[in-house]
Amino acid sequence: MKILSVCGMGIGTSVLLKMNAEKVLEAMGIDAEVVAADITKAKREGIGADIILTTPELVVLLEGMPGKIVPIDHVFDLTEIRQKLTAALL
Amino acid sequence: MSSVLSLALGEGSIKLQQSCTSWRESFELAGAGLVESKRTVSTYTQEMIEAFEELGPYMVIAPGIALAHGRPSASVLETGLSLVTLSTPIEFGSQSNDPVSLVIGLAATDHDGHIDLMAALSELLMSEEKVTLLLNATKEAEVRSYLS
Repeated sequence: MKILSVCGMGIGTSVLLKMNAEKVLEAMGIDAEVVAADITKAKREGIGADIILTTPELVVLLEGMPGKIVPIDHVFDLTEIRQKLTAALL
Repeated sequence: MSSVLSLALGEGSIKLQQSCTSWRESFELAGAGLVESKRTVSTYTQEMIEAFEELGPYMVIAPGIALAHGRPSASVLETGLSLVTLSTPIEFGSQSNDPVSLVIGLAATDHDGHIDLMAALSELLMSEEKVTLLLNATKEAEVRSYLS
Protein backbone atom coordinates (compact mmCIF):
# COMPACT_ATOMS: atom_id res chain seq x y z
CA MET A 1 0.00 0.00 0.00
CA LYS A 2 1.15 3.53 -0.75
CA ILE A 3 0.28 6.48 1.45
CA LEU A 4 1.06 10.07 0.67
CA SER A 5 1.35 12.69 3.42
CA VAL A 6 0.86 16.17 2.06
CA CYS A 7 1.39 19.72 3.30
CA GLY A 8 2.00 23.09 1.76
CA MET A 9 5.78 23.24 1.90
CA GLY A 10 6.77 19.59 2.20
CA ILE A 11 9.14 20.08 5.16
CA GLY A 12 6.95 20.39 8.23
CA THR A 13 3.49 18.94 8.61
CA SER A 14 3.90 16.28 5.93
CA VAL A 15 7.09 15.00 7.57
CA LEU A 16 5.41 14.86 11.00
CA LEU A 17 2.39 13.09 9.48
CA LYS A 18 4.65 10.58 7.73
CA MET A 19 6.54 9.73 10.92
CA ASN A 20 3.44 9.37 13.04
CA ALA A 21 1.55 7.40 10.37
CA GLU A 22 4.52 5.02 10.13
CA LYS A 23 4.38 4.47 13.91
CA VAL A 24 0.65 3.72 13.74
CA LEU A 25 0.95 1.44 10.70
CA GLU A 26 3.73 -0.53 12.33
CA ALA A 27 1.65 -0.99 15.48
CA MET A 28 -1.27 -2.12 13.31
CA GLY A 29 0.97 -4.57 11.46
CA ILE A 30 0.26 -2.97 8.09
CA ASP A 31 2.95 -2.90 5.46
CA ALA A 32 2.82 0.46 3.72
CA GLU A 33 5.13 2.98 2.14
CA VAL A 34 4.53 6.54 3.35
CA VAL A 35 5.89 9.36 1.21
CA ALA A 36 5.91 13.03 2.32
CA ALA A 37 5.32 15.70 -0.31
CA ASP A 38 4.25 19.28 -0.86
CA ILE A 39 1.06 19.90 -2.82
CA THR A 40 2.80 20.39 -6.18
CA LYS A 41 4.83 17.20 -5.84
CA ALA A 42 1.77 15.32 -4.56
CA LYS A 43 -0.22 16.27 -7.64
CA ARG A 44 2.67 15.29 -9.89
CA GLU A 45 3.60 12.02 -8.20
CA GLY A 46 0.54 11.13 -6.18
CA ILE A 47 -1.14 8.95 -8.75
CA GLY A 48 -1.32 5.48 -7.31
CA ALA A 49 -1.47 6.47 -3.66
CA ASP A 50 -4.22 4.57 -1.85
CA ILE A 51 -4.54 7.11 0.95
CA ILE A 52 -3.62 10.79 1.17
CA LEU A 53 -3.03 12.15 4.67
CA THR A 54 -3.20 15.91 5.07
CA THR A 55 -4.62 18.67 7.28
CA PRO A 56 -8.26 19.80 7.00
CA GLU A 57 -7.45 23.18 5.44
CA LEU A 58 -5.62 21.59 2.49
CA VAL A 59 -8.30 19.04 1.53
CA VAL A 60 -9.93 21.43 -0.94
CA LEU A 61 -6.62 21.78 -2.83
CA LEU A 62 -6.26 18.01 -3.20
CA GLU A 63 -9.80 17.17 -4.29
CA GLY A 64 -9.97 15.18 -7.47
CA MET A 65 -6.76 13.27 -6.76
CA PRO A 66 -7.05 9.50 -6.82
CA GLY A 67 -6.96 7.90 -3.38
CA LYS A 68 -8.91 8.49 -0.20
CA ILE A 69 -8.19 11.87 1.35
CA VAL A 70 -7.91 11.61 5.13
CA PRO A 71 -7.66 14.94 7.02
CA ILE A 72 -5.85 14.83 10.38
CA ASP A 73 -6.68 17.61 12.87
CA HIS A 74 -3.90 16.97 15.36
CA VAL A 75 -0.71 15.58 13.82
CA PHE A 76 0.67 14.35 17.16
CA ASP A 77 -2.47 12.43 18.11
CA LEU A 78 -1.64 8.82 17.27
CA THR A 79 -5.12 7.72 18.37
CA GLU A 80 -6.77 10.03 15.85
CA ILE A 81 -4.40 8.89 13.10
CA ARG A 82 -5.07 5.24 13.93
CA GLN A 83 -8.85 5.69 14.00
CA LYS A 84 -8.94 7.56 10.71
CA LEU A 85 -6.53 5.20 8.95
CA THR A 86 -8.54 2.22 10.17
CA ALA A 87 -11.74 3.76 8.83
CA ALA A 88 -10.08 4.56 5.49
CA LEU A 89 -8.80 1.00 5.13
CA LEU A 90 -12.25 -0.60 5.54
CA MET B 1 17.71 12.53 20.67
CA SER B 2 16.71 15.69 22.49
CA SER B 3 20.09 17.35 22.09
CA VAL B 4 19.15 17.56 18.43
CA LEU B 5 16.55 20.13 19.51
CA SER B 6 18.96 22.10 21.67
CA LEU B 7 21.40 22.35 18.77
CA ALA B 8 18.63 23.36 16.38
CA LEU B 9 17.61 26.19 18.72
CA GLY B 10 20.59 28.52 18.37
CA GLU B 11 21.43 31.55 20.48
CA GLY B 12 18.68 34.14 20.10
CA SER B 13 16.09 31.68 18.82
CA ILE B 14 14.00 31.40 22.00
CA LYS B 15 11.52 34.19 22.82
CA LEU B 16 9.24 33.67 25.80
CA GLN B 17 5.98 35.22 27.02
CA GLN B 18 5.74 37.57 24.07
CA SER B 19 2.74 39.75 23.57
CA CYS B 20 1.47 39.70 20.00
CA THR B 21 -1.81 40.82 18.52
CA SER B 22 -1.78 38.84 15.27
CA TRP B 23 -0.42 35.69 13.66
CA ARG B 24 1.75 37.95 11.52
CA GLU B 25 3.50 39.46 14.55
CA SER B 26 4.12 36.00 15.97
CA PHE B 27 5.60 34.89 12.62
CA GLU B 28 7.82 37.98 12.61
CA LEU B 29 9.14 36.98 16.05
CA ALA B 30 9.67 33.36 14.99
CA GLY B 31 11.44 34.66 11.87
CA ALA B 32 13.59 37.06 13.91
CA GLY B 33 14.63 34.14 16.14
CA LEU B 34 15.87 32.25 13.07
CA VAL B 35 17.72 35.33 11.80
CA GLU B 36 19.32 36.11 15.18
CA SER B 37 20.52 32.53 15.50
CA LYS B 38 22.00 32.83 11.99
CA ARG B 39 19.89 30.07 10.44
CA THR B 40 18.16 32.32 7.92
CA VAL B 41 18.36 35.76 6.39
CA SER B 42 15.42 38.11 6.90
CA THR B 43 13.77 37.31 3.55
CA TYR B 44 12.85 33.90 4.99
CA THR B 45 10.53 35.62 7.49
CA GLN B 46 8.65 37.14 4.58
CA GLU B 47 8.55 33.74 2.87
CA MET B 48 6.94 32.21 5.98
CA ILE B 49 4.35 34.99 6.05
CA GLU B 50 3.60 34.54 2.34
CA ALA B 51 3.24 30.77 2.82
CA PHE B 52 0.66 31.37 5.54
CA GLU B 53 -1.17 33.92 3.39
CA GLU B 54 -1.20 31.49 0.47
CA LEU B 55 -2.19 28.30 2.25
CA GLY B 56 -3.75 29.50 5.46
CA PRO B 57 -3.87 28.16 8.96
CA TYR B 58 -2.99 24.56 8.14
CA MET B 59 0.28 25.35 9.91
CA VAL B 60 -1.59 25.14 13.21
CA ILE B 61 -0.77 21.46 13.50
CA ALA B 62 -2.08 20.64 16.96
CA PRO B 63 -4.13 22.40 19.65
CA GLY B 64 -2.37 25.68 20.43
CA ILE B 65 0.72 24.91 18.33
CA ALA B 66 1.74 26.56 15.03
CA LEU B 67 4.68 25.47 12.89
CA ALA B 68 5.81 28.60 11.04
CA HIS B 69 7.85 27.74 7.97
CA GLY B 70 8.50 28.39 4.33
CA ARG B 71 10.07 26.19 1.68
CA PRO B 72 13.75 25.33 1.54
CA SER B 73 15.21 28.36 -0.24
CA ALA B 74 18.25 30.55 -0.71
CA SER B 75 17.16 32.43 2.43
CA VAL B 76 17.97 29.41 4.58
CA LEU B 77 21.60 29.32 5.73
CA GLU B 78 21.34 26.27 7.97
CA THR B 79 18.54 24.04 9.20
CA GLY B 80 17.19 25.26 12.54
CA LEU B 81 14.29 26.09 14.81
CA SER B 82 13.00 29.04 16.78
CA LEU B 83 10.53 28.94 19.65
CA VAL B 84 8.08 31.67 20.63
CA THR B 85 5.58 31.47 23.47
CA LEU B 86 2.71 33.95 23.61
CA SER B 87 1.52 35.52 26.86
CA THR B 88 -1.98 35.77 25.38
CA PRO B 89 -3.13 33.13 22.88
CA ILE B 90 -3.98 34.31 19.36
CA GLU B 91 -6.63 33.19 16.87
CA PHE B 92 -5.01 31.98 13.66
CA GLY B 93 -8.24 30.93 11.94
CA SER B 94 -7.61 27.20 12.42
CA GLN B 95 -10.64 24.92 12.14
CA SER B 96 -9.80 22.84 15.18
CA ASN B 97 -6.62 24.00 16.89
CA ASP B 98 -7.08 27.68 17.82
CA PRO B 99 -6.03 29.66 19.79
CA VAL B 100 -2.25 29.43 19.41
CA SER B 101 0.18 29.87 22.32
CA LEU B 102 3.31 28.23 20.93
CA VAL B 103 4.90 29.12 17.60
CA ILE B 104 7.79 26.99 16.36
CA GLY B 105 9.76 28.50 13.48
CA LEU B 106 11.31 25.95 11.13
CA ALA B 107 13.90 26.47 8.41
CA ALA B 108 15.30 23.59 6.39
CA THR B 109 17.92 23.59 3.67
CA ASP B 110 16.25 20.71 1.82
CA HIS B 111 13.32 18.30 2.09
CA ASP B 112 15.10 15.33 3.67
CA GLY B 113 18.03 16.54 5.79
CA HIS B 114 16.06 17.36 8.93
CA ILE B 115 14.23 14.11 9.63
CA ASP B 116 15.99 13.46 12.97
CA LEU B 117 15.10 16.98 14.03
CA MET B 118 11.44 16.49 13.13
CA ALA B 119 11.38 13.19 15.02
CA ALA B 120 12.74 14.91 18.14
CA LEU B 121 10.31 17.82 17.72
CA SER B 122 7.41 15.42 17.32
CA GLU B 123 8.39 13.58 20.48
CA LEU B 124 8.57 16.84 22.44
CA LEU B 125 5.29 18.29 21.20
CA MET B 126 3.47 14.98 21.60
CA SER B 127 3.93 15.33 25.35
CA GLU B 128 1.17 17.57 26.72
CA GLU B 129 3.13 17.81 29.96
CA LYS B 130 6.22 19.19 28.21
CA VAL B 131 4.17 21.59 26.10
CA THR B 132 2.57 22.97 29.30
CA LEU B 133 6.03 23.39 30.86
CA LEU B 134 7.25 25.21 27.75
CA LEU B 135 4.25 27.53 27.78
CA ASN B 136 4.80 28.43 31.43
CA ALA B 137 8.55 28.94 31.11
CA THR B 138 9.93 32.43 31.66
CA LYS B 139 13.64 31.67 31.25
CA GLU B 140 15.52 30.18 28.33
CA ALA B 141 17.43 27.83 30.65
CA GLU B 142 14.12 26.30 31.71
CA VAL B 143 13.18 25.64 28.09
CA ARG B 144 16.57 24.08 27.39
CA SER B 145 16.20 21.80 30.40
CA TYR B 146 12.95 20.42 28.94
CA LEU B 147 14.70 19.60 25.68
CA SER B 148 17.04 17.09 27.22
